[in-house]
Amino acid sequence: MTEAIHKHAPTAEQDQRLEVAIATLLRIGVIAAAVLVAIGGVLVLRHPEAPVPNYHVFHAPGDRSSAIATGTPMHSIGGVFRRLRHGSGASIIDLGLLVLIATPIARVVFAIVGFAREHDTLYTVISLIVLAILVVSLMHGR
Amino acid sequence: MTILTFTLAIFGTSIVAGLLGALTGLGGGVVVVPVLALVFHVDLRYAIGASLISVIATSSGAAAAYVREGFSNIRVGMFLEIATTLGAMVGAYLTAMVSTKAIGIVFGIVLLYSAISSFRDRHEDVTPEHTGRLADRLRLKGEYPTSTGLKAYVAQRVPAGFGIMFLAGGLSGLLGIGSGAVKVLAMDKAMRLPFKVSTTTSNFMIGVTAAASAGIYISRGYIMPSLAMPVMLGVLGGSLIGSRILIRARVSTLRMLFAVVIVALGIEMIYSSLTGRL
Repeated sequence: MTEAIHKHAPTAEQDQRLEVAIATLLRIGVIAAAVLVAIGGVLVLRHPEAPVPNYHVFHAPGDRSSAIATGTPMHSIGGVFRRLRHGSGASIIDLGLLVLIATPIARVVFAIVGFAREHDTLYTVISLIVLAILVVSLMHGR
Repeated sequence: MTILTFTLAIFGTSIVAGLLGALTGLGGGVVVVPVLALVFHVDLRYAIGASLISVIATSSGAAAAYVREGFSNIRVGMFLEIATTLGAMVGAYLTAMVSTKAIGIVFGIVLLYSAISSFRDRHEDVTPEHTGRLADRLRLKGEYPTSTGLKAYVAQRVPAGFGIMFLAGGLSGLLGIGSGAVKVLAMDKAMRLPFKVSTTTSNFMIGVTAAASAGIYISRGYIMPSLAMPVMLGVLGGSLIGSRILIRARVSTLRMLFAVVIVALGIEMIYSSLTGRL
């Protein structure tokens, strides 16, 4: 087993190439997210005289009694896409935040593909485990 | 205060937090959370939600620079991410079980620990004398560039490192921070990886770890878009400026000054939590 792994051991060069590709992916994700969040921010601040949402008191999701337009938290990933139809600034910020959260997850997917192409079964499996944990966590935010 | 002035104030503060986080190597989260809570009186849960977002942004944004240097180890990072993501889920769950008072006290302790750890002497990079079976099977080794050419290293005490990483993930999920200081502790102290390999691999792992908490934070309503917006953009911008300064200047005096600030924030966090003002 160990022998077989070592025979297919990828070179440091291959690893470096994979890492550079992943870093590029991360940078694109962050830039896209930052642009979306900034656009949403500008839209929200079109009404600069609006009152500050009350961040001092925490409201659990579902408690809509005191939600102000810009002060509604993200409840769920599905909710972000539903809210996006209104095209409000806050919903574009939400979309940017989802792109941001998706970026490290895409990184893990990228690594899975990279390890699989290097025939590195052990690390393909390890990366799949990490992805599974991330997916389980995100299911809560559905 | 209108939403415009409030947002600009948060944005400016977040730039400073990102700058401080980059210069001390502690990350923006540990600075931005106490400032939001203590200065702007933001509920701790909204503060850690906004911070977690900024942590993902800075970790992913800095990765490109680190990878080019050739220090980070993708296998060591991926293996340890099993521990940090599991820990992060547990930590994020705990935020709803424990009081904000308890979270505030833990946060203060982590701040104090982080300030001290940023001054700790780094140990000499030792050439490992033996390879454990686990490190061998998982191929937790590599080479890194030094002034005298490539130098080989092998991870030591893998189970201990894995355990500390679980704790680091837990703190990340509970406090909405990257907990880079604890991640470096696991790799540098326990696993005896070279310091540069530890810090760059830790940065690489922070984004994935934080993403594991994000789903739970969303479902709990911790992520407020209008608050996360200035915090994310500010911390990201500040940390990019900070890493530029780091390359150009020797910053030992600045570090000393910032460590004092972080100690003060830590004490204030604990005090405010105990007196119920948080």
